[in-house]
Amino acid sequence: MKALVTIAGLALAAALIAALLQLPPAAVQLPAQVAANMAQSGVEHPVTAVLLNFRGYDTLLEVAVLLLALLTLLTLSGGAAPAPDGGADALLRGVARLALPLIVLTAGYLLWAGAHRPGGAFQAGAVLAAGAVLLQLAGLLPAWVGPQRLLRLGLVLGFLVFLGVAATLLGGGALLRYPPERAGGLILLIEAGLTLSLGLILAGLFLFVTGRRS
Amino acid sequence: MSTGLLYALAGVLLFVLGAAGVVVLAHLLRKILAFNVMGSGAFLVLVGLAQREGVVDPVPQAMVLTGIVVAVAATALALGLARALHARTGRTGLSEGARLD
Amino acid sequence: MTEAWLDPAAWLILLPLSWASLTFLAGPGRGGRLAIAALAVQCALALGLALEVAATGARVHAVGGWGAPLGIDLLADGLSAVMLLLTQAVALPIAVYAQAYFTDAHHRQEATWFWPLAGFLIAAMNALFLSADLFNLYVTLELLGLAAVGLVALGGGAAQIAAAMRYLLVSLVASGAYLLGVALIYGSYGTVAIATLGPLIGQGPPLAIWLAAGLMAAGLAAKSALFPFHFWLPPAHGGAPAPVSALLSALVVKASFYLVLRLWLGPFAPLAQTAAALAGALGAAAILWGSWQALRTRHIKRLVAWSTVAQLGYLFLVFPLLAADGAALQAGVMQAVAHGLAKAAMFAAAGVLMLATGRDTLEGLAGVAGRVPLTLFAFGLAGVTIMGLPPSGGFLAKWLLIDAALVSGQWGWVVVIIAGGLLAAGYVFRVLRQAFLVVPGDTGFQPVPRRLEWMAFVLATASVLLGLRGVELMALLNGPGDGQPIS
Repeated sequence: MKALVTIAGLALAAALIAALLQLPPAAVQLPAQVAANMAQSGVEHPVTAVLLNFRGYDTLLEVAVLLLALLTLLTLSGGAAPAPDGGADALLRGVARLALPLIVLTAGYLLWAGAHRPGGAFQAGAVLAAGAVLLQLAGLLPAWVGPQRLLRLGLVLGFLVFLGVAATLLGGGALLRYPPERAGGLILLIEAGLTLSLGLILAGLFLFVTGRRS
Repeated sequence: MSTGLLYALAGVLLFVLGAAGVVVLAHLLRKILAFNVMGSGAFLVLVGLAQREGVVDPVPQAMVLTGIVVAVAATALALGLARALHARTGRTGLSEGARLD
Repeated sequence: MTEAWLDPAAWLILLPLSWASLTFLAGPGRGGRLAIAALAVQCALALGLALEVAATGARVHAVGGWGAPLGIDLLADGLSAVMLLLTQAVALPIAVYAQAYFTDAHHRQEATWFWPLAGFLIAAMNALFLSADLFNLYVTLELLGLAAVGLVALGGGAAQIAAAMRYLLVSLVASGAYLLGVALIYGSYGTVAIATLGPLIGQGPPLAIWLAAGLMAAGLAAKSALFPFHFWLPPAHGGAPAPVSALLSALVVKASFYLVLRLWLGPFAPLAQTAAALAGALGAAAILWGSWQALRTRHIKRLVAWSTVAQLGYLFLVFPLLAADGAALQAGVMQAVAHGLAKAAMFAAAGVLMLATGRDTLEGLAGVAGRVPLTLFAFGLAGVTIMGLPPSGGFLAKWLLIDAALVSGQWGWVVVIIAGGLLAAGYVFRVLRQAFLVVPGDTGFQPVPRRLEWMAFVLATASVLLGLRGVELMALLNGPGDGQPIS
């Protein structure tokens, strides 16, 4: 079995390398089209424009994927109660308390900066989630159970905002078609909602599972 | 040979290594890590090919961002399933071909 | 556009995403009625879309207003319309079934997040059938795969978790192969929009495109449980709760088959002939091996799951016959639809039988016919489609396949199709014979909610009646009036 896989793998790798070395020059030049439409996109960074405007539909589905992963983790660890925390190191607790405001500030900055340079909702949400995990490891935040109604609302809010904006814009001719003069504001609204929800979802991927035998 | 193409070639090797790992390795954690290596390989190919002609193409970079998020979700799900399996049976691997007929 | 507000394509995606989130908000186990109401609306939307496509041809919805290749296009043509109809037509009865099934005491704890997971599954299916962008299809494939794995793991037991883990690993490697294919295509042509790629991939494409086609086909074949990548399906579909098995066998495996068909007829058409014989051979192996295993197993749901493996083989028999003069494409789509309805009915019936007898084994079925006659009638009707007896949809599909094979002189496939039908009769009758055994005394069967039986019956009847209205369905595939097949 291993021999078979090794041979097949080597053959595939050789074929792929040969294919890459013979690649033709691309027929369609998308960077030019992206640059040409940046003015109507509402943001100033091309990757953010692609993520939230030109291919925003992919982003919508990708948030659904994250929410889905959390749902399945909730079914798996549903009934078990988390084991009580052992006391955490005092140094860790102190550092966590100091770091938390900085983490929130960084997340807010990343959200805002996404329009002009690399950044955006996913990066900000990930930083927030890291903050929550740090708090849990320091013993300042208990593992999550449930989730209860408020937490559920926070988890889906970003996605619902995104869906709401998408549906409202349908009247303008197409799904997710931003009017150019309001694109920037709508994108910021969507990203803000997503930051909150993604932070909660990513934190939940850890906090709903930790401390349990599952 | 531009650096972009070098990245793409490295990505191809990572992909094949990772895929072989998922098939051959027995421990579930190692399978999941191999899957991540495989995904990173595919992303490297996308990003490397985006840079091979000098003008950086933002579309594959956005695709890779989407792909990373999807890979995170899939990894979380896989880890959750592995933990659940271990909690219920104490096993750390799927015995291939075991049929519960 | 005044009609954009009512564009059924967009709402078929937005609606299930919305009710998936709202049922999550409602709490564990809640939200069934919202789901059923929304699914009824979705059925109407799918019907409306199909009628529109039949009248005026394929429609493109450029998401974001940008249009391919910069943006993502949604394409609604005859093939998508048929698959969308199948999805909503199976999902609605199964949702009604599920609501009653999960109220039963034994299964209440399985219901926790069924509704949001099912909502995301339906959304992923709809999004997949409408998408015309290869990378967007990757995201929808992942959404579909993760939702399916989540539903398989709902059972909670060790066997179900192991089955879910195996399914997840196969699904992830398959998606990874697909993604590498997309990366190669983008690297070669600078776009991933199917409409733009079509003209670019002419005769003699570079090696990268051959490899991309191979990788994507292999990944999608694994997701469709084509032999020899079928090993994950029987444990996953056989161990999940009955409504979940119905959704998985009837719908999820069809999505990856649809993608293979779409790529085969569309951008990869110049490359297609090389793999046709291989696809057919693997399909034949699936029919024979799957039917054989269904004849041997002792568990009801495992039997139905092996039947899925066998019936999926028929779908891949279409490929060597596509080039021939004949209705192979229509046959393949008809088989997908008929099998979807029939298999959902079979799993629904199997769920009822397990509730009634309290066990999953064939021996336990002895004498149950008197208690749940409607269910057994439904199982029999579904079996008629699976076996390919007239006037069912399954008969129409297999007849068209045999016709295409005879016209092109490929006799081998005819033998396989007929053998498959006989083997199917074998395993369907295994179940019916056990159920109709006369057993003395009261065997302690549990009462079963009537609604469950009726849903199985509705689905089974639909699969049989499909044969009578099959011509309209296939006309949809041909497009408005000019007889040219839509690809």
